[in-house]
Amino acid sequence: MRALATVCCKVAVGAALLAVAGAGCGGDESPTDVVLVTHDSFVMSDDVRSEFEQSSGLELRVLQSGDAGELVSKALLTAGNPQGDVLFGVDNNFLSRALEGELFESYESPLLESVDEKYVLDQEHRVTPIDHGEVCLNYDKAWFQDREIEPPRSLDDLTDPRLEGLLVVENPATSAPGLAFLLATVARYGEPGWEDYWRRLRERGVLVVDGWEEAYNVRFSGSAGKGDRPIVVSYASSPPAEVIFGVPRPKDAPTAVVEDSCFSQIELAGVLRGARNEDGARELVDFLLSTRFQEDIPLSMFVFPVNREAMLPPEFETFAVVPESPLELPPEEIEANRDRWVKEWTSIVLR
Amino acid sequence: MDEYRAPVSAHAWRALSYGVPLAFIALFFVYPLVSILERGLGAGGDLDILTDPLTREVLWFSVWQAVASTALTILVALPAAYVLGRYTFPGRGFAFALVTVPFVLPTVVVALAFLALLPEGVERGWAAILIAHVFFNVAVVVRIVGTFWAGLDPRVSEVAATLGAGPWRSLREVTVPLLAPALAAAASLVFLFSFTSFGVVLILGGPRFSTLETEIYNQAVRLFDLRTAAVLALVQLVCVAMAVLATTQLEAKLAVGGQRRREGDVLRPLRTRGEKALAAASLGVLGLFLGLPLAVLVERSFEVGEGYSLEAYRALTRSTNALLASPWEAILNSVVYAAGATVIAVVVGGLAAFAVASSTNGGMRLLDGLLLLPLGASAVMLGFGFIVAFDTEPFDFRASPWIVPIVQALVAIPFVVRIVTPTLRAIDERQREAAAVLGASPGRIRREIDLPVAGRALAVAAGFAFAISLGEFGATVFLARPDSPTLPVAIFRFLGRPGELNLGQAYALAVILMVVTTISILVVERLRRERLGWF
Repeated sequence: MRALATVCCKVAVGAALLAVAGAGCGGDESPTDVVLVTHDSFVMSDDVRSEFEQSSGLELRVLQSGDAGELVSKALLTAGNPQGDVLFGVDNNFLSRALEGELFESYESPLLESVDEKYVLDQEHRVTPIDHGEVCLNYDKAWFQDREIEPPRSLDDLTDPRLEGLLVVENPATSAPGLAFLLATVARYGEPGWEDYWRRLRERGVLVVDGWEEAYNVRFSGSAGKGDRPIVVSYASSPPAEVIFGVPRPKDAPTAVVEDSCFSQIELAGVLRGARNEDGARELVDFLLSTRFQEDIPLSMFVFPVNREAMLPPEFETFAVVPESPLELPPEEIEANRDRWVKEWTSIVLR
Repeated sequence: MDEYRAPVSAHAWRALSYGVPLAFIALFFVYPLVSILERGLGAGGDLDILTDPLTREVLWFSVWQAVASTALTILVALPAAYVLGRYTFPGRGFAFALVTVPFVLPTVVVALAFLALLPEGVERGWAAILIAHVFFNVAVVVRIVGTFWAGLDPRVSEVAATLGAGPWRSLREVTVPLLAPALAAAASLVFLFSFTSFGVVLILGGPRFSTLETEIYNQAVRLFDLRTAAVLALVQLVCVAMAVLATTQLEAKLAVGGQRRREGDVLRPLRTRGEKALAAASLGVLGLFLGLPLAVLVERSFEVGEGYSLEAYRALTRSTNALLASPWEAILNSVVYAAGATVIAVVVGGLAAFAVASSTNGGMRLLDGLLLLPLGASAVMLGFGFIVAFDTEPFDFRASPWIVPIVQALVAIPFVVRIVTPTLRAIDERQREAAAVLGASPGRIRREIDLPVAGRALAVAAGFAFAISLGEFGATVFLARPDSPTLPVAIFRFLGRPGELNLGQAYALAVILMVVTTISILVVERLRRERLGWF
């Protein structure tokens, strides 16, 4: 019955679409464009984009949807017959799932010479690191100064009674930074230590919200929302953003990062298996690693370039902390346990 | 016996009014959904999810919150629908337009306003979910029931009054039965919206609440367990199908032919002090309920830096690196997409409404039900379905911009059918017969009797289709889209970046979305009046 329905549908599709077929595709001629499939937060400056288009002679088309997790799920649905040529935005949290799904073709960009080995997560070069942006606890400097309370310096500090009821985090089941922070605690305390840690956080009145938007814009006291929680899970690049987008621009960042809590987030790109324009795809990966694009990254996507030759904008030089050795977990370990950890976290913290 | 033979044009019309909606729904709903369900169910894995007690809990919560939301919405909206459907007064059109504003606002923006307004303790949980559902859906009841009310012959109630019925009895025994088809239509739409609610449940429910839709999202997107997601989507579809079946049966049973009147003849000015007080009270209460959260958004858009300023709006005119386009292009994109979706929805839905209204057999009720399904189907799965269904050249439409208005039309079509059908059904058959006796062709009858009467309903429907599209409902959220951001997308982007100015710009864009919505609805109303006269 289901098969019959499908056949009927396919016949209907065929019949209905033949009518518009003439207008479609260009067939096997060499493609004049290259399609970048990416997440919702991807941005690049206009002039950087047109520079790529001019130097490559290709039109750059961008397809966006959801966050890193959704991006990978959709790419898995279309593995081998992808929606575009390059995928950018898979991170270390979902990397193993993407590699197991055989999404990518290997490509070793010559520009990898200027990238630290620690960012190269796949030795077969099926994916290429493009940026890193650590997820860290941020705190409201004025809140702690006014009350003469010592701000947190480490993950351990959060279980201290003096910081009771001050922390807001995102739900790891629905939020990327929320997941990264859960992984940070697993990396720090191991199993089953992280579970006890979260039990203590719960006793200390940790507030869990659905996403970063509510946590940072509403609950956090250090940003525009003026909430009542002075500690929040956000990014290492949030303090410079507070300066750049402050009205009026403050002289000093109103927030600071707890370096000890930072979890490594690396975003990678890869040439999609079955890409229509494979040459263009490689060219695009090279471009994403070039200093031109890399220097555009901080102020457009608020993460850090991996190319060590790329210069940081002054606000990042002054107000951003690049953690020396952020917490990390091997992608395979994340893939093997992520869903279980989130489930256990839910029963410890929410039920 | 010699059978009566309708002219060819009537046959062609019939084929068109059945065929186009059926083909549309088969191609853009059934086909993608079947594709993804087949893929999911075909994947290996267990079916533990069906026996998991958590699933039953989720199902139960999905159902009861939707029923409660629907009942509450009707309760809150009915007094205003009455005033707007019975009286004419300055600003009536504006009130109709304003009611629609909450309907298009992105959930996350409204949630931020609610978080600021709701008292501690109520701010998240089931109460917050219900309040938000009422907030979003009041427009559905006010506009559908209010417009239908404005076409009811007031003399029926007057006769009842003359015969000694008190106002309460007249309402219960005359007005409510006459309104029933519109009430049922509005209720079914609100139910489906609440049943498949996603953002409201995630944000305002807090992490402890989930509906079938949020659970499907979790399984499909987070865990990439397509089999479990497909099973849950089927459970959801079965529930929706039962609800749809029940409402279409009910609506057919309730359909009463009464004289439809011109709006101009029905509406009368507010005369007595009692009437004025009633109007002020019912519109005032609703205005406060809808207006407060909107006012919070407006206030915040000006609250950037020290005191109030236009800084956020000024920033929108500067080039931004939050988007791959300027905010103004986002506004333009929104309007273009919405116009496309409206045209598709009005044509397909309008044809379907004629088919449904002109037939009395069960087959047409089936079409009606089928068209309603996309509103209750899982948006996540439908979005995924589009990706796997339309993936072969030359039919690789996954990256086509026009897939966006098509998916939006899918959600808007049920509105068009729901709104137009009761009005068409209420046309007195004798009117058509009289015209036929006088020699009018079926085409002319349709043009000169059906269309003008349906015009008012079509305008309301078009307004909704436009609003639905502006608000980016349903599966569009889960499509991969080319870099032509719409207003809601632009709002998300600004909301997702740290810093005061970004937040200010998100609120400013939300205010612009409100203004664009109000203006569009007013324009649709105006067009309707110019083209079709004051019906």
